[in-house]
Amino acid sequence: MHDSHDFKIPVGPQHPALKEPESFSLALKGEKIMGVDIRLGYNHRGIEKACEERSYIQDVYLIERICGICSHAHSTCFVQAVEEIAGLAVPRRALYIRTLVAELERIHSHLLWLGVAGHEIGFDTLLMYAWRDREIVMDILALLTGNRVNYGINTIGGVRRDIDADEIQQILKAMDTLEERTKYYIEVVTEETTIIERLAGVGVLSHDDALRLDAVGPTARASEVKRDVRSDDPYAAYGEIPFNVITDNHNDVYGRTVVRVKELMEAYQIIRFALKNLPEGPIEVKAPRKIPAGEAVSRYEAPRGENVHYVKANGTENPERVKVRAPTLANVQAVKHMLKDRFLADMSIVVAAIDPCFSCTDRLISIKNLDNADTKIINWEEIHSYGIKWYAERGVDFSDLNKRFAERMGNR
Amino acid sequence: MTTEENIISELSAKFNYLSGKITIQRPRRIYLEVGLENFLEVFDYIVKKLGFSHLCTITGLDEAQNLGFIYHLAKAPGLLINLKTSVLKENPVLKSVMEYFPSAEIYERELVDLFGAKVEGLPQGHRYPLTDDWPKEQFPLRKDWKLAEHKK
Repeated sequence: MHDSHDFKIPVGPQHPALKEPESFSLALKGEKIMGVDIRLGYNHRGIEKACEERSYIQDVYLIERICGICSHAHSTCFVQAVEEIAGLAVPRRALYIRTLVAELERIHSHLLWLGVAGHEIGFDTLLMYAWRDREIVMDILALLTGNRVNYGINTIGGVRRDIDADEIQQILKAMDTLEERTKYYIEVVTEETTIIERLAGVGVLSHDDALRLDAVGPTARASEVKRDVRSDDPYAAYGEIPFNVITDNHNDVYGRTVVRVKELMEAYQIIRFALKNLPEGPIEVKAPRKIPAGEAVSRYEAPRGENVHYVKANGTENPERVKVRAPTLANVQAVKHMLKDRFLADMSIVVAAIDPCFSCTDRLISIKNLDNADTKIINWEEIHSYGIKWYAERGVDFSDLNKRFAERMGNR
Repeated sequence: MTTEENIISELSAKFNYLSGKITIQRPRRIYLEVGLENFLEVFDYIVKKLGFSHLCTITGLDEAQNLGFIYHLAKAPGLLINLKTSVLKENPVLKSVMEYFPSAEIYERELVDLFGAKVEGLPQGHRYPLTDDWPKEQFPLRKDWKLAEHKK
């Protein structure tokens, strides 16, 4: 009827399909996306400027709060740059602990993504499964660092907490469970027709386009670009740990899913190796308050791709300049390309497939009783059992489900 | 010779004015600085002839009289050239590198918004990352810009 008529629809900055503010203006012909206009910056908080006004050690904590999901990625990337300028020899044990937390973070991030991807395609069972299993790794992170997010494990010159034999055993046990679960997810992703049909051929990014548009992380690797800072430009303990860089040649959202679930398997191996070969010794060296003049560029393979930090020091306690390039920014051009000539209905999964960041919950919950104005702080264990009790009172009993789950794990 | 040293000798042979000005800070990290008049030819050579085909990002710097710009260019496996150039703050004009890297668009817009650089060849489009109603001639990453003065 109105073939020549283009419709423009705004998606965002606030939109139910988006998990964080950004604005897409889509030019449509029928259901087909003819052009995409992306406006970013709604989350700009001036962190780079704030870093210049604070000391290096304050910046470690500020930088960690750039992102609630890959917080360790940012803090590690930053301290690596500062350590290079100051010429600090970080103890090997600290490097191994950083690597350990980095891979645990990758596991939680990839499982979180798997759940979100399931949700975006209307497969909420996958969301529930993946996020339940993600709790295992969240508990391990809380055990090691005291926090579920923003671990605060890094400091300039090393790490702030050591790990002991009991914790190592708990991590290994968790890795076994997660590995079993991941095998199941690989089965689901590679054999479940609904998933394959929904994801294959969606959000296509050819190998050449991935290179041309400087895509990073699983987005690039699913287009067979073997780009992974962990192996290309090894940092922390990655130079000493054998692992495979996972690539895939599907060039679409399906490929990105395969890459992420397979990377989970590599993460378990890296963690097992790191724990088995954990060097003895100190976990930090003393860092000077004033960092000598100099500059350094640090790169880090965050769960979403390459993270780049540039730090310039001027001999004082505060940095002269801190520059951060997070992976999502590098993948924006690729998203634009992926959406063009595709259907409107594919938009949310295509955008989700680069895994843009969003925030997480805190560990303590403050409950305000409106009737008597009492405030009570309850811890994680309490809220966990409160949840079980709440459902039990309403006739939903998880104990049977948990038992069956345990049996099934045992049978595999 | 290591790969890094090979790159240095190749660059120094091609561009006389670069000899002795290229440093290797550590394995895989090369730093060099060129004047704006020579920037594009060196940039072109590094990207096209030396194969540094991945632009990580562009860092802006406020250096009193000048604005500095560092182009972080990567090549597999893991090599990184940090090519720096600078312009006078009074007339901070530089050329866009979007014809080499479409991904440069967002990094160049950052230089425009946060440092007040004028990038020739940057297409019309949304600003990034500041808001549309951000006051004119206010560049927050310049050293003379203080947050306290702008808090109302």
